[in-house]
Amino acid sequence: MAGLATSFGSGAMTNSIGEIEFNEVLFIIGSNATEAHPIIGNKMKRAATVRGAKLIVVDPRETELAEHSTIWMRLTPGTDIALINGLIHIIITEGWADHAYIEERCEGYDDLWAVVKDYPPERASKISGVPVEQMYAAAELYAKTEKAGIFYTLGITEHTTGTANVMSLANLAMVTGHMGVESAGVNPLRGQNNVQGACDMGALPNVFSGYQAVANPDSLKKFEEAWGRKLSTAKGLTIPDMLEGAASGKVKAMYIMGEDPVLTDPDANHVRKALANLEFLVAQDLFLSESALYADVFLPAACYAEKDGTFTNTERRVQRVRRAVPPPGGARADWEILCDLSGRMGYEMHYDSPAEIMEEIRRLTPSYGGITYERIEKVGLQWPCPTLDHPGTRYLHKGTFPRGKGLLQGIEYKPAEELPDEEYPILLTTGRKLIHYNVMTRYSDSLLTLDPYERAEINPVDAEKIGVGDDDQIRVTSRRGSVVTRIRVTDKVSPGVIFMTFHYKESPANELTHAAFDPIAKTGEYKVCAVKIEKHTGEPLPAAN
Amino acid sequence: MVDLTIDGKAVNVPAGTTILEAAQNIGIDIPNLCYDKDLTVFGGCRMCVVEVEGARNLQTACSTPVNPGMVVWTESERVVKARRMILELLLANHPSECIICEKTGDCRLQDYCYRYGVKESPYTGERREVEIDRGNHLIERDPNKCILCGKCVQVCHDIQVTGTIDFVDRGFYTRVTTPYDLPLNTDICRFCGQCVGVCPTGALINKQFKGTRPWEVSKVRTTCPFCGVGCNFDLNVKEERVIGVTATPEAPVNGRSLCVKGRFHKDLLYSPERITTPLIKRDGEFVEASWEEALEEVASRFKVIIDRDGSDAIAALSSARCTNEENFLMQKFMRTAVGTNNVDHCART
Ligand code: SF4
Ligand code: SF4
Ligand code: SF4
Repeated sequence: MAGLATSFGSGAMTNSIGEIEFNEVLFIIGSNATEAHPIIGNKMKRAATVRGAKLIVVDPRETELAEHSTIWMRLTPGTDIALINGLIHIIITEGWADHAYIEERCEGYDDLWAVVKDYPPERASKISGVPVEQMYAAAELYAKTEKAGIFYTLGITEHTTGTANVMSLANLAMVTGHMGVESAGVNPLRGQNNVQGACDMGALPNVFSGYQAVANPDSLKKFEEAWGRKLSTAKGLTIPDMLEGAASGKVKAMYIMGEDPVLTDPDANHVRKALANLEFLVAQDLFLSESALYADVFLPAACYAEKDGTFTNTERRVQRVRRAVPPPGGARADWEILCDLSGRMGYEMHYDSPAEIMEEIRRLTPSYGGITYERIEKVGLQWPCPTLDHPGTRYLHKGTFPRGKGLLQGIEYKPAEELPDEEYPILLTTGRKLIHYNVMTRYSDSLLTLDPYERAEINPVDAEKIGVGDDDQIRVTSRRGSVVTRIRVTDKVSPGVIFMTFHYKESPANELTHAAFDPIAKTGEYKVCAVKIEKHTGEPLPAAN
Repeated sequence: MVDLTIDGKAVNVPAGTTILEAAQNIGIDIPNLCYDKDLTVFGGCRMCVVEVEGARNLQTACSTPVNPGMVVWTESERVVKARRMILELLLANHPSECIICEKTGDCRLQDYCYRYGVKESPYTGERREVEIDRGNHLIERDPNKCILCGKCVQVCHDIQVTGTIDFVDRGFYTRVTTPYDLPLNTDICRFCGQCVGVCPTGALINKQFKGTRPWEVSKVRTTCPFCGVGCNFDLNVKEERVIGVTATPEAPVNGRSLCVKGRFHKDLLYSPERITTPLIKRDGEFVEASWEEALEEVASRFKVIIDRDGSDAIAALSSARCTNEENFLMQKFMRTAVGTNNVDHCART
């Protein structure tokens, strides 16, 4: 969420899920919400069909939301910034910008214009493939509608330029004054159930819980006093740096709790090499995941239905998770394992229950200051919730931004690191499918049999070139790896583009993607890379996995 | 505000309130089959008819707004007679297999027949015989038990906004079905199960609940572990086992809506691939170990590395799937017990 943090001083969904239906315009960019966030997707469709809202959808694929849209801008993958700069250019030159708002609430307008002035619609259109008239229509509709919110997901953050993409969306919302009001704002839809919470809790190298910087002497002192230990101020490693360090031998040991980087991080081969090179690896999970196979010690964990706790959803709502059944066999809750291990390492951590941990979180984390289990017994609270009598916050940045003025920044478009060429002529883009969620749902037979294998989407033009049809198997090869997959032939994707998910270990798309990282957020470039495709002639994939 | 009397009790409600809602306000339950507060009023089942003094015909309480001075009777002789007739007509074309029906105990048709003492239908004649859709392993559709209340159709069109099912044909032949009567499949249906959630009878069944009676389960409210929307639902537990998931109107984000993952994931918990004992790798093979052995192994190996290479030689991945409390403890553990800021989590989105 580095992008929004820079622009506003705080990185989270600015508005609430309950407001979605009341947006008059929804600007949905790179978010296949009906698959990745189904209930939000339903609310968006409902806004369009039942309440007459207009959807502006920016997506290279004809998603279900594109079918419900008033304007569908089919951009070339990876060209978001050029398109957004083009829209801002139109808004400013046509006089649709909200100058009073910019004057009062923002800074950096001149920097923004210095860059954006070089993106007249014709140029933006040439880069993005979106027709000029469509850009005008979208710019006018978004700028002139009061309740107009921006929504985006992985589509826009999983690029080398992800952070910049987000900042340019923040620019778009600020120049039109769509911030700090109901049913508007800039709304990142977080992928996994508790990404928001993991960030909030300081599972990040540079901050403690509540984004309190390790480098800030006051925060450091506060946590040192609370925890009774001298704490390190050395800069911590992000995932790509950890993996790099593991590969080079600088990082000797890793402790992986509830994640499977081999399957979910880009460039699986690189991840495997890194993990294999570790002196010592601990994996703590429900299953022996692809990554856990490299572990020296495996610790079996309880699943969400077997423990108490809280998750924070994408709209910052802290909600209860409750133990319904005991964990199977010897499995234990992650928090219990951590406490036990910490004691053995010479640092006592003792809590009778997760409620007691929340009490410590509350005391040390201003935005969670008013959150207790009693208060969220029935309905969760949305942070910021600084005090015990604070009702929580439905939408952010009313009146002011955490950083004071909103920061407008000029953002230049940079082409993706790897684009199709003669040898690898097809653009691979990845995403999610409704039935599955990352890697976990593969372990549910009910869900798996509904949708048992990968079906990569390719355009009929490309299918014909290599002589394949629906459900045939093809080999997809990039500079890094090669996988076999079944296909679905559809004009939902443009010619020259192939779409895959990363849900299936038998056709793991991330063998193909590459590890170029966003220099600021360190988000992998899952979204675009170059591949070639051919008819698969070897051993066929098993009927269903 | 409007003043009226229902069953002799005075009520004061805002103008535009329906008789049904006004009655609910004072705890009077007017039976209904096709009414749902989240859906548009359909007024098709006529179960909610009431007697309004001065009106010639019985009025449907779900669609009639209150008037000042109205006097309403919800269980008068005329009303009860009308309701019994409606039930008898429904039963005339309904399989008599309540004893083995999955919906027993949670079926509106059964409840109202019990309430009004209707045990069989005096009407005999042709009965539907439609094939049961058992084509998938999540939802079973038995159109023979359908009372054509239309709730599933509305939920699928207006809440799920997919439009898989609709009414076809007329009169006796009216049915709710899929395009070309296809069995439900992933090309036409999102398997959100919202239609199952609103069906008042056994026409739509969540197969995961087969073999469980509604009174055998206890419910535990929790938050979905699959995506950032954060839907709430109830885990239905029988004998320390999760049987399945039901939605709850009290959920702040999703109301009674759920998607296929939230509603049907429960066998994930019981996957045979779950590991339930700590493992230590010896000579390249995982062998089972006690917690004592496993945690001592981790602690001692970590300590050796810290002493030899420093705390920064260790790094941890925390998890966007774990709870807040666990993420908090993981960073605390790394920063205190290990002594490094090397903590991060995947999917930094
Ligand atoms: S499961 Fe959902 S999509 Fe399928 S028919 Fe029922 S309501 Fe419609
Ligand atoms: S299937 Fe159920 S919900 Fe749908 S019309 Fe029939 S009785 Fe009503
Ligand atoms: S039920 Fe579906 S939409 Fe709701 S949180 Fe779970 S996965 Fe997300």
